[in-house]
Amino acid sequence: MITVRIPAPLRPLTQNLAEVVVDEASTVAAAVEELEKKYPGLRSRLLDDKGALRRYINIFRNEQDIRAGKLLQTELLQGDKLTIVPAIAGGR
Amino acid sequence: MKTLCAVLLGVGGLGCPAALALAESARALGLPLRLSLVDPDRVERSNLARQILFRDADRGRLKAEVAAERLAPLVEAVPRAERFERATAPGLLAGADVLLDGTDDFATRFLANDAARAAGIPLVYGAALGWRGQIMTVVPGHACLRCLFEGPPVNDALPTCAEAGVAGPLCALVGAAMAGEALALLQGRPEDLRAASALLWWEGRTGQERKVLVRRDPSCSFCAPASSQSIADRR
Repeated sequence: MITVRIPAPLRPLTQNLAEVVVDEASTVAAAVEELEKKYPGLRSRLLDDKGALRRYINIFRNEQDIRAGKLLQTELLQGDKLTIVPAIAGGR
Repeated sequence: MKTLCAVLLGVGGLGCPAALALAESARALGLPLRLSLVDPDRVERSNLARQILFRDADRGRLKAEVAAERLAPLVEAVPRAERFERATAPGLLAGADVLLDGTDDFATRFLANDAARAAGIPLVYGAALGWRGQIMTVVPGHACLRCLFEGPPVNDALPTCAEAGVAGPLCALVGAAMAGEALALLQGRPEDLRAASALLWWEGRTGQERKVLVRRDPSCSFCAPASSQSIADRR
C-alpha cells in the first residue's frame, strides 16, 4: 500500500481527502495511473499532455524529491509515502 | 557597523508580519537595517484582517508608504511603490543583502528567484494558500526555486490566495518564519536557518509541520552550469 498526501488545491478531486491510498504501484507513474482510476481528473492536474510531470508540481517519495531521481520512473515500495507539492503563490 | 539591507516584495498578508518581526528583531539586536518595502498597491478594507500594519484610516493610501511610516521608529524603512519586474528588479535589488518574497503571483515569484540568483543574494520565499503555508530559503550556490519547481503554471492552473483565500493567522506564522530566516542570513548565522535548501510547510488546521530537502537540479534552467546567469527571457 502506498499512501499519497493530497494538497488542498487538488482535494476537490479526492472528495476532500487529504490522504488517499494506492494498493499497489511499482513506480510513481503507476501510482498516478491508479490514482486516476480512483479519482478521475487527477492525472491531468499532475502530468501534462506528453505525460511529463507538470513544471509547477513536485512529488516527494518519502522525503526524496523525484525530480532529483528518476522522476516518474522512481521506484516505489510497499509502505512508501508520496507527497504532492504544488507551487503556491499566495501572499496578499 | 555596516547598515544591512533587506528588500521585501509585497507588503501584504505575509509582508506585513514579516516586516514587523524583522524590524522589531533588528532593533532589539541593535542591527542597523535598511528595509526596502516594494509594493505598488493601495490599502483596501479587505486587507485589514491579516495585513497588520494597516488601519481603517489608511484605506486608499499606498501600502509601501504606510508600512514605512509604521516601521520608521524601528529601522530605516524605505517605501518603493513600484512593481517588481524585469526592468525594475536590478535597481530595486541594488545593495541588497537579502530578498524576501511575499508576493501573490507565480510570475513574480519566479522572477524574484532569478533576480536574487543573478544578484548573488539569498532569497526567502514564503507563500500561503488556504490553511497551508510554506517557506524556502534559497542560498547562493545551492538549490533554487526552479530546482524544486521548473516554472510557474500556465493558464492560471493553480489558484492564488486572492482567488482561493488565505487564513489570516497562517500569514502571521509564515511571515514570522520568513523574518527569522532573513535575520539569520543578515547576522551571518546559517546554523539558525530552518529552510535553507529545504521546503518547510505547515498545515494550519492540524498544526502539522513538514520539511523536505531540495537538492540542486543539474537540469535546472537557472543553476545548470551551461545556463547564463541572466533573468532575461525567462518565465
